[in-house]
Amino acid sequence: MIDVHNITKRYGHHTAIDQVTFSVAKGEVLAFLGPNGAGKTTTMRILTCFMPATEGSARVAGFDCTEQPLDVKRQIGYLPETPPVYQEFTVTEYLTFVGRLRGITGPKLSSALDHSIGRLELGSVRHRLIGNLSRGYRQRVGLAQALLHDPPVLILDEPTVGLDPKQIIEIRELIKSLAGSHSVILSTHILPEATAVCQRVVIIDKGRIVAEDTPEQLSARLRQSEKISITLKTCPADCEAKLRAIAGVLNVLPGQAGGSFLIECELGRDLRDEIARVAVLNQWGLLELRTLSMTLEDVFLQLTRHEDHLAEPVEASVGTATAERQADGRVGSV
Amino acid sequence: MTPVQAVIAKELRGYFVSPIVYVVGAVFLLIFGLLSYLYVGFAGAQAIQLMQMQGGMAQINLNDLVFRNLFASIRIVLVIILPILTMRLFAEERKLRTFEFLMTSPIRVTDIVIGKFVSVFVIYLGLVAGTVLVPTVLMLFSDFDWNPIWTGYLGMALLGALFLSVGVFASALTENQIVAAFISFGMLLTLWLIAGLGGLFGDTTAGRVISYISYMEHYDRLVRGLIDTSDLVYFASGLALMLFLTHRVVESTRWK
Repeated sequence: MIDVHNITKRYGHHTAIDQVTFSVAKGEVLAFLGPNGAGKTTTMRILTCFMPATEGSARVAGFDCTEQPLDVKRQIGYLPETPPVYQEFTVTEYLTFVGRLRGITGPKLSSALDHSIGRLELGSVRHRLIGNLSRGYRQRVGLAQALLHDPPVLILDEPTVGLDPKQIIEIRELIKSLAGSHSVILSTHILPEATAVCQRVVIIDKGRIVAEDTPEQLSARLRQSEKISITLKTCPADCEAKLRAIAGVLNVLPGQAGGSFLIECELGRDLRDEIARVAVLNQWGLLELRTLSMTLEDVFLQLTRHEDHLAEPVEASVGTATAERQADGRVGSV
Repeated sequence: MTPVQAVIAKELRGYFVSPIVYVVGAVFLLIFGLLSYLYVGFAGAQAIQLMQMQGGMAQINLNDLVFRNLFASIRIVLVIILPILTMRLFAEERKLRTFEFLMTSPIRVTDIVIGKFVSVFVIYLGLVAGTVLVPTVLMLFSDFDWNPIWTGYLGMALLGALFLSVGVFASALTENQIVAAFISFGMLLTLWLIAGLGGLFGDTTAGRVISYISYMEHYDRLVRGLIDTSDLVYFASGLALMLFLTHRVVESTRWK
């Protein structure tokens, strides 16, 4: 549905995106992740024909973005970073204008209007001036605008910004429900959102795509070993050596709290039952035993921060760094 | 409703929900009324003088004494107030980030430019229509020829269209409305003063070309009651040029 081939965009000497290639199949939801100024919005603007690429080609639903912009625009519903609303209009008037602009008229327009208003639960504010609505409602009006003509392709630049937690869940559900019938590209800084909503993730950094896969595959690919965290009630001096002696264990690192360890095992081996057996036999008092998986946040940070010590979740980092990452979960905007 | 009509309807609504049309309209009609009152007053004073000198009823020409002066004076009012009407058209869209939405909607840039121009021109024609009250009232008390008045109104419509197209162009250049108003104000004043520059060159080719670029002589002929094809061509080509330049400016934002 969307084919982007080697697009490059330069602003003077500054290269905003460099040789970006990706594609989105019909019915697929793709997340665009990247730190500030990575080129997410630029890519979206090229796809929506707001500006052309310096090099390369982008096609949407078979139409070329440079050669056939009007055909491309008809296939797309676009929500820019700032919801494009006219404050002096009521919700209904604004959506009517949007519909007319897209050539929808008569009874078709009123049914599209009702459908879109219903979908985003704007019924209670439909006759209010947009200027008087809260940020969350404006964002929903912006989304209603993008969905109004039921386009096969949706491009959403941070669709859940400004919404309250309940609304965020509703919008995520809405986007999920669009999968299958619509192709969706969304950019987000909320990493769990990408995991929750998208089938595929593209991580872009400094204008280049650094990774593209499903969230699970991404973390699996970057993982170098299986990691297991255990906490013991009593740990005699030899317990570390005994853990190391288990076949398949590569390394044992002491954790932050007394009695906790991080055990690195060979990739593809699950040693939890063996570790549990050793702990019980030695009467160490096994309090906790769990595998550590790499979250999308870890993947994201590893790919975009270029720092090796953040490569994989280490027990020592679980306490402090994870809290920091949670606070840092929204990485900023392009 | 076509996309162009949708743009026109949206802009008209934008004008009427903001105070701009009401304020500009009130000021324009007030000044037009005051100017009319002054020129009628002068004409009255001249009539009294003539009566004293000649004795009996004096024949005075209202077309010359009132309407020509009125149409000539209204130019400066238009130079000042029309940029206020046009300044928001593109600048506001850029400021409020709705410009990106317009540019990614399936509508041609030509349609956007024409839609915006037509909407402000309709508003302007509405204001001009309000001024017809002055000759209508004067008709009750005196006799004059309506034909030069109609050509004067034609001139006002054409001059207004040209001024508005300059304003639309200026609005497309910036996202600051004040800057947009000043750019169009400056351009219109320059086009006015160029007439004087042409006069300095006298009856040479350069002088004629420079005078032709200014709207002054073209408008003056219409106000005097002359409909010359070359003047109509001047206004039509000026309007087309400004709208074309606006199109290029709007389109060029995609390439920046």
